[in-house]
Amino acid sequence: MKMLSKITLTSTFMFLLVHATYAACGITSGSIRILSNDFPAIHAVLSAAEKCAGGGVTFTKNTTKEHRNLQVAGLTANPAEFTSAIVANGSIVPLLNDGLIRPLDDLVAKHGQGLKKHQLITINGKIMAVAFMANAQHLFYRKDILDQVSVGIPKTYEEILSAAKAIRAKGIMEYPFALNTKKGWNLGEEFVNMYMGYDGQLFKPGTAIASINNVKGVAALKMLKSLTEYSNPDFLTFDSNATAAMWEAGKLALAIMWGTRGSAILDDKGSTSNITSNTGLAGAPTVAGGSTPATTLWWDGITIAKNITDKDAEATFIAMMNGISTEMVKANNNEAVWLIEGFVPGIAASGVSASASAGATPYPMLPYAGLLHSALGSELAEFLQGNESAQQALADVEAAYNASAKEKGFL
Amino acid sequence: MPHRTFIFFILPSLLSMILLIAVPIFSAMTQSLFIAHKQVIRVSETCDPFGCKKETSVDAEATANLREKEPLGIFNGFDTYTNRNHLAAAEIKTSWNVATGWKDLFSRIMNLPFYKALAFTITYTIVVTPFVIVLGFLIALGTNSLASWLKGPTIFFSLLPMIVTPLIGSLILFWMIDADGIIGSTLQRIFKDNDLSLKASPALTWIMLIVYGIWHSTPFAFIVFYAGLQTVPQETLEASMLDGASLWQQKRYVVIPYLMPLIIFVTLIQLMDNFRVFEPIVGFNASANATSLSWIIFNDLRGEDALQLFGSAAATSMLTIIGVGILLIPVLIMIWKEFNSKTV
Repeated sequence: MKMLSKITLTSTFMFLLVHATYAACGITSGSIRILSNDFPAIHAVLSAAEKCAGGGVTFTKNTTKEHRNLQVAGLTANPAEFTSAIVANGSIVPLLNDGLIRPLDDLVAKHGQGLKKHQLITINGKIMAVAFMANAQHLFYRKDILDQVSVGIPKTYEEILSAAKAIRAKGIMEYPFALNTKKGWNLGEEFVNMYMGYDGQLFKPGTAIASINNVKGVAALKMLKSLTEYSNPDFLTFDSNATAAMWEAGKLALAIMWGTRGSAILDDKGSTSNITSNTGLAGAPTVAGGSTPATTLWWDGITIAKNITDKDAEATFIAMMNGISTEMVKANNNEAVWLIEGFVPGIAASGVSASASAGATPYPMLPYAGLLHSALGSELAEFLQGNESAQQALADVEAAYNASAKEKGFL
Repeated sequence: MPHRTFIFFILPSLLSMILLIAVPIFSAMTQSLFIAHKQVIRVSETCDPFGCKKETSVDAEATANLREKEPLGIFNGFDTYTNRNHLAAAEIKTSWNVATGWKDLFSRIMNLPFYKALAFTITYTIVVTPFVIVLGFLIALGTNSLASWLKGPTIFFSLLPMIVTPLIGSLILFWMIDADGIIGSTLQRIFKDNDLSLKASPALTWIMLIVYGIWHSTPFAFIVFYAGLQTVPQETLEASMLDGASLWQQKRYVVIPYLMPLIIFVTLIQLMDNFRVFEPIVGFNASANATSLSWIIFNDLRGEDALQLFGSAAATSMLTIIGVGILLIPVLIMIWKEFNSKTV
């Protein structure tokens, strides 16, 4: 009896001990601190990753639209404030420039068996990030309004212009079209997208010299101007929240918006069923008879900080692999265009998929692209207000870019 | 007062001013003379979900080494002050040679970011300051002559515009003047113009920001003048009434000279505050139509992706300090004259 009770006691104790130190995902200890942007797809990923918390593993996350302003300072500290930053092709650049993230080759080899090859972002042969979703700006249209003016789904910007003209002429809407033209980053992005439609080069290859003041740049600007004539006169205050809100309020018939807005617009909250059921998503239009869609492709992915312990790095990587697992994708299929195994493209993903398969260009991962983007965002507003010529605006952009690039040491 | 006592008396203020004002200004001044090191760039193969291609990237280690050796950066002298983002000496010289007339020269100079911001900042300061003083004085006079049971509530409501946090106040006004907001749609109805938008044209945006500035700062002038009005000597006022002075003459010859030190004080504070206008531009999302010196400093420092231009922001800060100094010269001369005449 005594022997049996001893064995029972010991085995129960061992059973409890093992369970106490065993957390989900197989991590025993570590600190996971995530910094990311703030939209539904990211929330889905982080909720799945958060299941790894508990039993010696701490998990904190900071989801904010200001993540780009926080990431460099947060990761420069030693130990870093965050063990992982969720980045996009634009926001990974400053982390690369300052050497703040670590190569993931060994972690991928050990824990990344479920990853597809095109999810691995490699720079100079080293895996620096693991992408999990793609995004792009593309066309949203109202089927019912297009039917009222007997126009098919526009495939080019010229067709959009004639559709908008017809809608205005018929008296349905005075300002049927919108882009994200808020002065600043949004406006810069619209120019870059349109310029890509004309197959333009932002920089002279291999150098940091801007090359946008040319025939293609002027044409892109003129097309943007014609399009904004069909936008509400306050268009220089429209960011992506404003255009999505206007769409859900039924104020637009055609719009260029981010693909990630798709699932929020098509759901049954915030809008009427008439608007939602008549909303269609199409690939980004081409322009001037070109074949490249006038948009840029973006990926969002996971990076792991350099200034942290290897134990934290491994714990974070395992948790994030859980976050981007096939189970998560199956539960959140329509939240984004996932690059992960098990994704079945739904309606909300059709615009981004169409743009990608039509051959859209990815946003450049150049160290000085951000400076040109800022210069575009601040200097193009005057042209769109009709206060200066296209050539003058582009010359101003290049001059502003040259001044900042010189100060940052790129020129 | 013996010098020793005087020194000890002002020592705490002096120390905190040196630590919190003089040292940061000196630091910004130093920073404005430097620019970042040249980034070491190399071409490497980059692969992402959309394909592989050769892209340039920064050699982080080599650049970090450069920075370790000389943390401040490369000495640039006063070139940051004369580059396109600031005084734009070269661009103005070219415009001077190329311009086809005064109007053309003016529009070329207004194309430069610093001068555009300076134009709005100076206009804002020059228009808002006198309006604030006059309106504040009139409201103080009005409140002073109200029945005493009415004075309390009136003072409270008159102070409200200043109590509201500038950013929140301007955000709420921004929503109200939107074409769908109450002020915006009322204006559209009054002017029978469905396209009227206060946000769409620079002129209307400037007017809107100036009106907001006056609304927000008048309570400050009001409360200072109201306090001053309580101490106007009654005997002098009564004497002037006996001499047959009209209401307006009483104000002009008795009240205003008595309040002159307060008027100078409010002018000083308003000139300094209005030259640093910033919150309304952010709250009203007005940066497409109106920028100010403080706003361009903020824009340089906010640079996303750590593309902050510290040297540029420091140079603009120095120029703002010089600007405030220049603005205050007339007022300081007035104070100096008064000081001299009093000690005689």
